[in-house]
Amino acid sequence: MGVNSLDDYIDAVGKALALPIDESWKPAVKANLEVSLRLAHLVDEFPLPDETEPASVFAA
Amino acid sequence: MSLPPDPGTRAVGDPLSAAGIASAVQAGKVSALEVIEATLARIAANNPVLNSFTDVTAVRARATARAIDGQIAERKNVGPLAGVPFAVKNLFDVRGLPTRAGSKINRELPPPSRDAALIERMEAAGAVLVGALNMGEYAYDFTGENVHDGPSRNPHDLTRMTGGSSGGSGAAVGGGLVPLALGSDTNGSIRVPSSFCGVFGLKPTYGRLSRARSFPFVFSLDHLGPFARTVPDLALAYDAMQGPDPDDGACANRALEPVVPLLEQDPGALRIAVAGGYFQQNVFPEATEAVARVAKALGTTRIVEIPEAARARAAAYVITTSEGASLHLERLRQRPNDFDPAVRDRLLAGAMIPAPLVDRAQKFRRWYRAQVLELFKAVDVIIAPATPCVAPKLGRTTFVLDDVELPVRAHIGIHTQPISFIGLPVVAVPVPLEPMPIGVQVIAAPWREDIVLRVAYALERTGVVSAALPRGL
Repeated sequence: MGVNSLDDYIDAVGKALALPIDESWKPAVKANLEVSLRLAHLVDEFPLPDETEPASVFAA
Repeated sequence: MSLPPDPGTRAVGDPLSAAGIASAVQAGKVSALEVIEATLARIAANNPVLNSFTDVTAVRARATARAIDGQIAERKNVGPLAGVPFAVKNLFDVRGLPTRAGSKINRELPPPSRDAALIERMEAAGAVLVGALNMGEYAYDFTGENVHDGPSRNPHDLTRMTGGSSGGSGAAVGGGLVPLALGSDTNGSIRVPSSFCGVFGLKPTYGRLSRARSFPFVFSLDHLGPFARTVPDLALAYDAMQGPDPDDGACANRALEPVVPLLEQDPGALRIAVAGGYFQQNVFPEATEAVARVAKALGTTRIVEIPEAARARAAAYVITTSEGASLHLERLRQRPNDFDPAVRDRLLAGAMIPAPLVDRAQKFRRWYRAQVLELFKAVDVIIAPATPCVAPKLGRTTFVLDDVELPVRAHIGIHTQPISFIGLPVVAVPVPLEPMPIGVQVIAAPWREDIVLRVAYALERTGVVSAALPRGL
């Protein structure tokens, strides 16, 4: 996602979730989102079998 | 290492040995009330500089201690932690006290009428709650700093971080205010302050200890556990808190598996290896030195590679920020200005992670768990750094490693996150380097707290690891 489109994305999701985001907070929110998405894509690019179950209810 | 006895409680010997206190109280050499008075005096003397306590429950503690003394006078068994003072991170419910969870918002909530499950279990074993401890806001923190309550301060150097988010727990035990404290660990929040404050910390297997009536952060990853100055004390507290609890949906239905009777067992037959690759990167020399000392003491030169550890850390990060945002969504809508701005901005970003990426992270977790469990067929124990560095200075936002400037907050937990991500049991053992201590993780397969505590105890007996006396007080 490009830099400007991430700004648009933050505005759109903020509206969709009714999250008040002050203009002055946006650079920090964007910086955090860039890190989160970079790490999320690191996971996303790892191939997993279709049958893989999520571990959201987890037993070690 | 031990502290000199307090006046009035000389029968205890080391006033920060839980085992020593319990033994002396049970034998009638000292009263529980005398122990508590000495503890309250230490807190009053040192907390103004450490800022580890946010609440001191003196009235309750004296009442509990008097009840214990009454039971002892009647020759009743008061339990293995008789008269031992302890304190809890302020996300544990304490009846009558708002559960602030490090936040401004939650301290306005009505106080709970019942204690957290682990407090009940500690007190059922004879321990005495003396207060609640400072922490990073909503546990989304590795520094121990808090904009509402001020930072907890490192007992070995008051200008440095305690680590977070259980910073008050690390400072209170490291600073000698209490022999035992409880904290929580979602991505490293017991192991990081243990490392920075130079004490022992146990993050048990995910699902081992009940989280009932504690304020959550990330249900998928939250653990609770103890801090102590010795391994036997850590095991005493751990054993007292074990057991199933229907009030925590993730708490496993397992019988008690006491570790105290097993501590003396020789760990010589265990297969021990040092984590290579990812765990030897992004570390300062002190972390490398600490791991080398522990490996040498355990007589191992073997290296194992934990597969895809960097991706595991990334997945833990994604799940954390997303579930954390979900937990706080309504507060982000209604009270955004009452958050620590740094926490708020991370949570707002977390609310914007597309759902498929979170689901992918949970699926990766299942895959990674299978890989690491396979690894444990060939080894029993894995050694890894607890933190990449000793405690940074308070307020520091970046450090330079291999000529690259890195954000402090995000990097403090890089070695703890891939381990808690799949709920492995870990003891963080303190290596008393000068001028600052640093911790090493002793890691085993799920449900093998006995192994990590046995290895930690063997290390403690060699003298390679120990809780140093507080140098900053």
